[in-house]
Amino acid sequence: MQEAVKFVQDQLKIENELPNFKAGDNLTVNYRIREGNKERIQSFKGSCIKRQGTGATKTFTVRKISDGIGVERVFPVFSPFIESVKVNKVGKVRRAKLFYLRERQGKSARIKEKRVIS
Amino acid sequence: MKGLIGKKIGMTSIFTDAGKQIPCTIIEAGPCVVTQVKTKDTDGYNSLQIAYGEKKEKNTPNAMKQHFAKANTTAKKVVKEIRNCETEAALGDSIDCAIFEEGEKISVVGTSKGKGFQGVVKRHGFKGVGDATHGQHNRGRAPGSIGGASYPAKVFKGMRMGGRMGGKRVKVQALEIVKIFPEKNYILVNGSVPGYNGSTVLIHN
Repeated sequence: MQEAVKFVQDQLKIENELPNFKAGDNLTVNYRIREGNKERIQSFKGSCIKRQGTGATKTFTVRKISDGIGVERVFPVFSPFIESVKVNKVGKVRRAKLFYLRERQGKSARIKEKRVIS
Repeated sequence: MKGLIGKKIGMTSIFTDAGKQIPCTIIEAGPCVVTQVKTKDTDGYNSLQIAYGEKKEKNTPNAMKQHFAKANTTAKKVVKEIRNCETEAALGDSIDCAIFEEGEKISVVGTSKGKGFQGVVKRHGFKGVGDATHGQHNRGRAPGSIGGASYPAKVFKGMRMGGRMGGKRVKVQALEIVKIFPEKNYILVNGSVPGYNGSTVLIHN
């Protein structure tokens, strides 16, 4: 039955190529917003705190501090509204879900950057 | 009326053209074999008897074997009747998901998941009794009063109490068919459907 679900998901999958990223990375998500007939792009910049789900229902959560208030937004990976995702920084973290960031503020809420020698 | 017997496969979600993400259930609908055509003249009412799912020959009673042999088919697991069926079909014909269209509203009948013995809060949506504070304790999920005292000196029949929940026939109405995959006989409906993955469901309009 798992194959059957996969078959349906493969048939209906929307191809949007996203870069490889994981929890701890700093992302800019460019998201299409439709207002009436007009369409514009809104960017949401923050750190990815979780990647969740399998198949067509995968999502990722981005957290940012906006005017001192923590804001989290969940994006479906296969959403047709995601225009692009840019990885600004690769984070150096030890876990897959960074929920501990919710209890932290200021300096302790920072994520170390992973320097990649290329 | 038109209908099919099927199997609940599982759930997923898809994006509509408007970009809305909607939850969907995948149902393997048919193919079903027509095992008997009942008419007003012979049986007093019109209906189509359909069968679905393979069953071992050795586990089938002789009477059933003969019945399936008449329709020139192998032993089937589930047999159901569709009253006043619109679908034109003769004995032994196979009907599949082609009888439905995308965008059509259907009802799905299944057996809900068994929940075991449950209290009134889960089973009947009671609110429980009293506060969490002011000295109250262990009344949070209690049913409260179930009636009077010396009059009427009994608990009325049908009083809602704890008991076995789930495992019953449940019908969900007006589910929209989002997509049909004719090559695999899969129907995608918007929303959820009663029962476990792999359980038998009846789809009709």
